[in-house]
Amino acid sequence: MSDLLRSYLTVGVFLGVAVALVAAILGLGRLIRPSRPQPDKYVNYESGVDPVGSMWAQTQVRYYLFALLFVLFDVEAVFVFPFATRAEAYGWFGFVEMGVFIVVLALGLLYAWKKKVLRWV
Amino acid sequence: MRSLVLAIELAWWQQTVLRTIGVLAAVLLPAGTLVYVFLFKMMSFMQSRLGPMEAGPYGSMQLLAEVGKWIQKEDIIPWRADRKLFAMAPYIVVMTVFLTYVGVPFGPDAWFADLDVGIFYILAVSSISVLGILIAGWSSANKYSLLGGLRAAGQLIAYELPMVLAVVGVVIQAETLNLQGIVAAQHEGAIFGWDGIGNPFILTQFVGFLIFLVALQAELTQTPFDMPVAESELVSGYMTEYSGMRFLLFFIAEFASAGAFAAVAATLFLGGWALPGVDLDADYMNVLGPIVLLAKIMLVAFLVFWVRFTYPRFREDQLQQLAWKVLIPLSLVNILATMALKVAY
Repeated sequence: MSDLLRSYLTVGVFLGVAVALVAAILGLGRLIRPSRPQPDKYVNYESGVDPVGSMWAQTQVRYYLFALLFVLFDVEAVFVFPFATRAEAYGWFGFVEMGVFIVVLALGLLYAWKKKVLRWV
Repeated sequence: MRSLVLAIELAWWQQTVLRTIGVLAAVLLPAGTLVYVFLFKMMSFMQSRLGPMEAGPYGSMQLLAEVGKWIQKEDIIPWRADRKLFAMAPYIVVMTVFLTYVGVPFGPDAWFADLDVGIFYILAVSSISVLGILIAGWSSANKYSLLGGLRAAGQLIAYELPMVLAVVGVVIQAETLNLQGIVAAQHEGAIFGWDGIGNPFILTQFVGFLIFLVALQAELTQTPFDMPVAESELVSGYMTEYSGMRFLLFFIAEFASAGAFAAVAATLFLGGWALPGVDLDADYMNVLGPIVLLAKIMLVAFLVFWVRFTYPRFREDQLQQLAWKVLIPLSLVNILATMALKVAY
């Protein structure tokens, strides 16, 4: 197996170790802890009074526009990283190219700013 | 961890066993140390009290006493909760910390996986924890938990960007994504021709370091960015319905990921496991390296917790504005300036 795949096999091994650790801790707890079920214990906590209405309350997701912007800039970051490793090799040509790319995206941010999207309503 | 037993070539499964022990130590030891030194002791001294003193000398066994207490707690899952998802959330959050440590090198041969896309991989996996937090908030079937989970999601995606963009400056200077390469670049670098102490990127990327620290604070949901768990507003946010060992797992994950992110910050900006003037390939660095890195982790974590114990909480709308109107434009300018200087010199 190549070194590259072996490296990512380590990632898989660590995933297994993490799951095993959590399972071991919870399993140990299962052996030690008491269990005296009473219906009152299993009521949702709502500051001490009986819960009101459905628990999955409808909430306004205020930041879906932020999320859209986030996707945009995250993709930008994906493009910037490969370039960043070779910044010196590309010289001023690369600088101008990347500068245009970043400035265009910054203009997008500025537009969102002026449109008052960046406010937490 | 390839040849901790010096000059003995180990089979792959033997390396894997060593790495497994190594990652358990890397996750649990800094987490425990951070809780005792900073949360128990430093916070107490800052508030003019002694903190735990009874369990062991200077209360140093307090942490074990706490674990012993939590493990005896009855397991309570609210009857309305989505049981499968409720049980799954702690797994995801703890898993993220383990996956983050995969990329961090502790010495010339003491690494878990020498990934060529190192820092890119770390930034990618470190954002998985938000899924665990959202699942925890949603599956608890509790209004506080739901609000906490949604706040956490909004906050973590907002501060993901400044963090990623701050790292770009480091990558431009080091010309590699590999964390061993970044350590070597800082060790062998020079600041405008002066190479007395190499080039720890905290000096030439100071703005990047500051942005990274602020984003770090927000990603770890430490005060002043602790709206997802704001005690005075949301009881305990997405953790409200968790009790006993499940709560403890969230708690461990919080401090273990503080250690993991501090390790990443130390590697990117403070020179990682290397010290100025040492030989990078020397065998003794496999022993000295982890100690040096741990010292730097404590240094970064000290800054994080110092801020945590000092400042009050932001308002939710101020939080988003800081990320989008200050940090992201600043990091874009930082990238452009770094590129220009890199090309010019």
